This record gives sequence, C-alpha cells and structure tokens, in this order.
Amino acid sequence: MSETTRILLDFEGDRRDPHTYEQAGGYASLRKALSMEPADVIAQVDASGLRGRGGAGFPTGRKASFLPKDRRPAYLCVNADESEPGTFKDREIMLRNPHALIEGVLIMSYAIGATSAFIYIRGEYRTEFEVLRRALDDARSRGYVGLNVLGSGYNATVVLHRGAGAYICGEETALLSSLEGERGQPRSKPPFPAVAGLYAAPTLVNNVETLASVPFILEMGAEAYAALGTERSKGTRVFSLSGNVRRPGNYELPLTSTLRELIEGHGGGAPEGRTIKAIIPGGSSTPILLPDQLDTGIDYESIAAAGSMAGSGAIVVIDDRTCMVQLALRVAEFYRHESCGKCTPCREGTRWGVDIIRRIEMGEAAQGDLDLLLNVCDRILGKCLCPLGDAMAMPVASYVTRFREEFQRHIDEGGCPFAETSPIASLYHEGAGAPA
Amino acid sequence: MTDPATAETLAGARETRPEMPPPAHDAAPEKPLRERILDVMALYPEPRSAIIPALRLAQEEYGWLSTEALEAVADATGFTPALAKSVASFYDMFRLTPAGAHEICVCTNVSCALVGAGETLRELERQLEIHAGQTTSDGMFTLRTVECYGGCGWGPVVSVDERYHEPCGPEQVAGILQELRGDGA
Repeated sequence: MSETTRILLDFEGDRRDPHTYEQAGGYASLRKALSMEPADVIAQVDASGLRGRGGAGFPTGRKASFLPKDRRPAYLCVNADESEPGTFKDREIMLRNPHALIEGVLIMSYAIGATSAFIYIRGEYRTEFEVLRRALDDARSRGYVGLNVLGSGYNATVVLHRGAGAYICGEETALLSSLEGERGQPRSKPPFPAVAGLYAAPTLVNNVETLASVPFILEMGAEAYAALGTERSKGTRVFSLSGNVRRPGNYELPLTSTLRELIEGHGGGAPEGRTIKAIIPGGSSTPILLPDQLDTGIDYESIAAAGSMAGSGAIVVIDDRTCMVQLALRVAEFYRHESCGKCTPCREGTRWGVDIIRRIEMGEAAQGDLDLLLNVCDRILGKCLCPLGDAMAMPVASYVTRFREEFQRHIDEGGCPFAETSPIASLYHEGAGAPA
Repeated sequence: MTDPATAETLAGARETRPEMPPPAHDAAPEKPLRERILDVMALYPEPRSAIIPALRLAQEEYGWLSTEALEAVADATGFTPALAKSVASFYDMFRLTPAGAHEICVCTNVSCALVGAGETLRELERQLEIHAGQTTSDGMFTLRTVECYGGCGWGPVVSVDERYHEPCGPEQVAGILQELRGDGA
C-alpha cells in the first residue's frame, strides 16, 4: 500500500479561511505568475504534463496555447458541473480548498489574457456554491480579484454562475450554451471553444481539479510535479471511490498507483464476506473491468490498455451480490434521461437500450435481444455531436460482452435470478416507484 | 433494513465525508424581484446569460415557475415568457408544476443504488404514504428520485430543500421527517 500523496486535499486546518490558506503559501503562486510573461506561465503548465481532470485527459498547457493571442475579449470558463455518476472529487476540493481553485482560475485567466472568468457550478451543489461565494468575497477584499490585482495592472473579474440540473452541461460546448442562457445542448466542433467559445470569443474551459492543481505546479515547479507520475500521466489525481467498499471516499494518489492500491489499500476492499465482481474505472460512462485486472495502473494509458478509460477518475466497485442487468438498466436509464435530444442516434438509441434491458431484467426478452442491444449500441457509437450516447453504449456493450452468460440466464429463465439479493433490486422489483 | 455489508460501507463513508459548513443564512431580499434580476443581468456581457439565474430567483419568489413567475422573468429581462419556459423546461431543478413546502430528492444512480438507495426510497414512500413523483395531501412534502448528485462515496444521498443528508440509510428517514415537521413550515 502506497502513501497518499496529497496536494489538493492534504492540509492542516480550515483552508476556507483565507488567512490559513495564505499562511500555508496560498496566493504566492499568483504573485509569481503575475511577475512572469503570460506565455511563460502556460509553458510551465505545459512542462508539468498536467492533463485535464474532467474526463478527456487533454494536456492543459497545450489547450491553453490554442487560444489566439490577438483576439479580445477572451474568457476562462471553469467546469464545476461535476455530474458523471461516481464522481464527487471537485465537490470536496471546492468544499475544503476553495482558494486553490480561485488561485488557479486567476493564474490561468492571466496566462490567457482573459477578460473575465466564469465558474459554472452545478445547481445541486448549493453548499459548495456558498463556500465559493464566500471565498471569492474574501479574495476580492484581499486584492486578489478585481481591478489591478496585487498592483500588477491585471484586472480579474470572476463570476460565479449556478446551473440548474442537467448532466449534459458538463460537456464543454453544452456548458457554453447554458452559460449563454440557452438550453444546454452541445454544439458542433469545430469551431472549438478556443476559437469560438463563450459569446463566440476565444474561450478556455477547464475542470475544477485541473485549475486547482495549477498553483501547486507553480509552487513546486513543473519538474517536481511531473516526477509524481508516469511517463505520460503526470502529477497526482483525486480518485472518487464508491460502491461496495469498506472505506469509500476521495483519495489523492500519484499516477503511479494501481487500482488494487486504491480499492484494497485505501478503500479496504469489498465489505466483509463479499468479493469484487466488477470495477467501473472512470465514471459510469466507461467500460467495465474485472477483478483480475486489479493490478492495472490508474494512469490514463494503463486503463486504456486494459480496455477502458480513466475518464473522470471515478471508480465504482461492484460486489458479488449485484445483478449486471440491473446495473446496465440503471446506467442506460440515466443516459436516456440526460440525452438532450439533439442527435437522433442518442435520443432514440438510449430509449431503445432502456427498453431492451428492461425486457431482459423483467423476463420478457426474446432470444436475439442481446444481439439487438449490441447492435443498438453500435449504431450510437461515434455518430453524434457529443459523447453522451457513447456514454451509454460503451459501458452497456461491455457489460453484455463481459457478463453475457448472466444476461442470457435472465432470458432463458424468464426473469432475474438476483431479484431478491442484488442491492439495486428494490428499485425494480416488488411494487411501484422505478426511478424516473 | 440495511444489511451488514452495506452497513460497513456506510460506516466507512461517515469517516471519509468532509464536514459540511453550516448553510449560509442569506438575509431576506430587500429589493423587489425585478431589481434583483436586473442586478444579475449586469454581471454578464450578454443579458441572456442571466436567464437561468433569473428563473431561479423567480422560482424562489413564487415557489414554482407559474405563468405569473415566467412573466415576471420576461418582464425584467426583455425576453418572452415562451423563451423563459423553453429554457426552464430543459433543467431538472426548475419546477413547472406546484410542489410541496419541502422537496425531498433521493439519488438512485449507480453508486447510491449499490449501497441501498432503493431501501431509503421505500422507507420515505412508506412514511410519507406517497410514491416518488408525488406530493403529500397536506402539501408538506414532494418526493422525487433524482440522478447523480455527486455524493457517490457518501451515499445514499438524500437532498432536502437543497441540503444533502449523507449517508442516508432507511434508519435516518424518521429523524429527517421529524425535524422537517417540527420546524412548522
């Protein structure tokens, strides 16, 4: 078991208190950045190897360098719309270390020459919104936000914007649509937000954890940060561990760790008397892994090599009580509910997926429905403007492929063999009230 | 009630969940709704960005987005009531029908379901004598199932009037309802 390397979540005292944050070196990185050329700040972030912590894993420095230098206004948008099922890390960062996010926002705003920054926080995070609002007020009164930041001549405006409940707004172009006051529907790319983002101006969209990592990179130096990871996955990452484990929670680990170190070491493994049946490695949209893959590294490349995706860093452990058809149904229902309806394969395909899986679970499926389900998944994959439809198709297809016998048993036996034992079963059996 | 394996997970969650700060006690708004909406509009380069914040302010004022509430948004922002409604209908947190005095939301997404959200939901339904999606006859409670609220490691997540109760097993339900009934709302 490795020690946790805690940068974003490791500290003594209440860092919501700006004085405590400053005492621990907080806002020194902002001072340092303001004394540098903006391009050098981006170069430092680039050299650290930091990659986006929202889901896509794109190199942060490179993304920032895509913004044209000669077009103004330009904007920074913070994606605090954490919604991928299984993910709750940005929430803890905002709750416990809000000034790290604000400092990161200010540094990156300065680096790209942003006129304003907008923090788009999901509407459900009300307490987190209040924490950030308070932290922003404190930062403003201490001269970190506002006109002429720390006497540098740089003017920083930060607007805190609450969403109103829509998973799709975590997709960056949908986030921009929503921030412009529209329904949160994704837009066609290109043009990418770097060229035509918020109000058609050059825009950088970064995740909370990504931005909160920036002050530490400037503080410890790009090389020291990079040394915490592997060849291509640098630094630390906060992993959200949930499901059937003894100690669920957020764990910040260097990217040299393995799934086993996280799940068994930090999370204590499956509860007493249970065994691990499957692992969701990067949020509910990612293909499932099996317990014989526990020694897989938690870096982006290792999880991809194992046949899945590191996604949002959300690891969900599923124990031997769980019915995989029920799991597939719950996942499919979620993406059907969140499909914005713009692209036909996603709008219709997620509905088909739910209908077929429901038939299987209820014992009403025909032979051939499994292949029909895989066919529907294939007809969604890669055929839409954004990856929401894929987010149903990929995991569901992986459940069918990896647990085909279990799915087949439902069809052959005309019902669910785990109707009384699976922890999810009460949502679907014995009476009304299946989830919306 | 909660089985031993799930109980062990919930005990672990209680250890790792960060302490939540107390709710901010915002003073009752002094200005009329229209002026508050105009203040929000001033924060954005384009006024339309204020639609969602304006809808939230109107919902807080009227309890739900009635025709009257949507017209108030339209009146302040200069956009039409139809546009305001078309935006509102996209987002889960906007209510287009009247709701109870307290809104109880149970997350039934994967992580919460794996640790017994179904049992918590059943217990709420039993004690409130309604199904998810309904409001009690006294207008006191609306019960909803919702998708991931971002408390996955500390679930089951139950949100009461936008404040999270984590982890909320069936054993916690009676206490929550008692507290809500006691505050005289």
